[in-house]
Amino acid sequence: MRLTGAQIICESLIKEGVEVMFGFPGGSLLPFYDTLPQYPQLRHILVRHEQGAAHAADGYARAAGRAGVCCATSGPGATNLVTGIANAYLDSSPVIALTGQVARPFIGKDAFQEIDITGITLPITKHNYVVMSAAEMANVLKEAFHIATTGRPGPVLIDVPRDVFVEEAEFHYPAKVDLPGYKPILRGHAAQIKKAARLINEAQRPVIISGRGVVISRAYEELRELAEKAQIPVITTLLGISSFPENHMLSLGMLGMHGMAHANMAVNEADLVIAVGMRFDDRATAKVSAFAPKARIIHVDIDPAEIGKNVRVDVPIVGDARDVLKDLNKEVITRARLDWISQMEAWRQCHPPRIVREGDDLIPQYVIHSICEVTEGNSIIVTGVGQHQMWSAQCFCYKKPNTLISSGGLGTMGFELPAAIGAKVGCPGETVWCVAGDGGFQMTIQELATVAQEKTAIKIAIINNGFLGMVRQWQELFYGRRYVATPLSGPDFVKIADAYGIPAMRVRTRLEVIPAIQKAMEHSGPFLIDFVVEPEENVYPMVPPGAALADLIEAPRTELVAPGSDRVSE
Amino acid sequence: MASEKHILVALVANKPGVLNRVASLFRRRGFNIESITVGHTEKEGISRMTIVVNGDSATVEQVRKQLDKVIDVIKVHDITQDSVVDRELALIKVKTTSANRSEIIQIVDIFRANIVDVASDSLIVEVTGDEEKLNSLFRLLGSFGIREIARTGRLAMTRGIPAS
Repeated sequence: MRLTGAQIICESLIKEGVEVMFGFPGGSLLPFYDTLPQYPQLRHILVRHEQGAAHAADGYARAAGRAGVCCATSGPGATNLVTGIANAYLDSSPVIALTGQVARPFIGKDAFQEIDITGITLPITKHNYVVMSAAEMANVLKEAFHIATTGRPGPVLIDVPRDVFVEEAEFHYPAKVDLPGYKPILRGHAAQIKKAARLINEAQRPVIISGRGVVISRAYEELRELAEKAQIPVITTLLGISSFPENHMLSLGMLGMHGMAHANMAVNEADLVIAVGMRFDDRATAKVSAFAPKARIIHVDIDPAEIGKNVRVDVPIVGDARDVLKDLNKEVITRARLDWISQMEAWRQCHPPRIVREGDDLIPQYVIHSICEVTEGNSIIVTGVGQHQMWSAQCFCYKKPNTLISSGGLGTMGFELPAAIGAKVGCPGETVWCVAGDGGFQMTIQELATVAQEKTAIKIAIINNGFLGMVRQWQELFYGRRYVATPLSGPDFVKIADAYGIPAMRVRTRLEVIPAIQKAMEHSGPFLIDFVVEPEENVYPMVPPGAALADLIEAPRTELVAPGSDRVSE
Repeated sequence: MASEKHILVALVANKPGVLNRVASLFRRRGFNIESITVGHTEKEGISRMTIVVNGDSATVEQVRKQLDKVIDVIKVHDITQDSVVDRELALIKVKTTSANRSEIIQIVDIFRANIVDVASDSLIVEVTGDEEKLNSLFRLLGSFGIREIARTGRLAMTRGIPAS
């Protein structure tokens, strides 16, 4: 069957099970867009800025657990994708980015809207391609999807010159890929697994640190089995949140710079750390030389280069989290660890998670807590980066797998809105709450038009404190309260939403919070709430930069109160 | 840990941009390349890179793993500890006068190097050998005045299993 390059792309996307792509057209993509009407099963969602397309594809990929596709034209269209691609790269998200390029005779001539996007994205993609003939197209797409979705997932960019879209070639979609340099290892080495099991069986004070790898490989059941069988408390990284139910007795929540006090203490006291699908990021380990000082470390990761990169490891296991945990569970013996577990309980009593200060003032923690309460934890939470992200991580009780989508590695402001669109498109049956700061929200605010046009029924909570909050917090704590360039004004978000045709309301007091969230939930379409919160609220606990996990600062103890419960006694 | 020279041999797919991918990786991760040589192998479509890199063994292990992650890199070996034959080729343009020409020729002979170009005031020496041999020749010829040096960087190959 002879098809054009553009048709081959569409046929290949369909073969890969793609149903939707997020994009923005332009000169070099015209022949591609002109082909789309022939393939009505490929839904195209028009974003308002290409960064939004990449984030939406990323959010889609994370929520749906399959590759997300975005496309952009040559030159500025392609460079606008860059932040989104980098974000997907750092959080191991399978994104396929399709970019138009100037026609082959113009390449290298600095033609109009020509940019070397493969050169630019070299360090932020798992792999990338320039397709120089239609004959290679099917093969490239097959490889791209294979590379993006297997092993440690990541973004793959495909750059297509304009004239290749219209060039004809025989179409045959390959059944297999031939990549001698790419063979991800899934099964852990049997001897290493035995060694790890021996350490686990002998350990007195073990902890599991579960990362995004557990979510990616859907190893929820296997993780739970290991934890329950061997009675090991489970701590998560930021992106490991929702890999283990937080209402479980063995859940200790998140560790790290803004992790739970008892989680950080547990790591500090542990004699064995079982790290699964996580990469010892500096926000998780704090001062790396003081990380888990009493512990031996088992590190399970699918990416061999992560092992030994940041911390010394006693038992490295390269493999897929799910396969390795399955094998490990066969070797691990059932045992109780009463002393260690009761130690956890004691710490948890003194440092209760999901604490919300009592009072009349509207604090952001209360907003997140209330979203959790109203949705009964049945919602996907999508955040950007900053204070709102940390409160979302701390104050929502994640019970269901894969329910937090957040910009972890790159820490991208403005990720939340387009990623929430992608998440909702990927999981239309789920409630999706986009939790945004008033700073980050203004970075991709234009995607409200996408929400309105596509009637994407996401709920948006703006945590509006009139500051670039996290930076302001650092200025307060470490720069003598000199608030340079952090106070910011915003538009009237309710009016803005209204202008886009999205119903919205503003909330200024605690009493209004729950009714507002209920109203948003009852409304069938998108809904925005502007929560005007306490401007100088800080995120606690906090491990100051350069300090060890154990040296965390907690909020003043008298302020710690679990909502609806009695004041926690010291 | 002590910083030392390591020799990595990478077999890579002979595709456009593969050298760029490897070089970009070294730059981004802050690894220091001492030399890199690339050439075809006996198999079509596969090139061989010999990379000499400075670092302690943990750093070099990271280099090896990161290289291995590049899709177009098929295999990477750190052959530093192996028994290897390693060679480098250099061209050296030495200043000469009629008075010292024969002395230079003698030195060249001792090193089993070749003179490949002779001009009235200079000659070009071609030498092959390991790093030590090349460095000693540079030192000796240095006293006559060296105009230009071109070096290929090291090539290395593990020895076969010795016949016993």
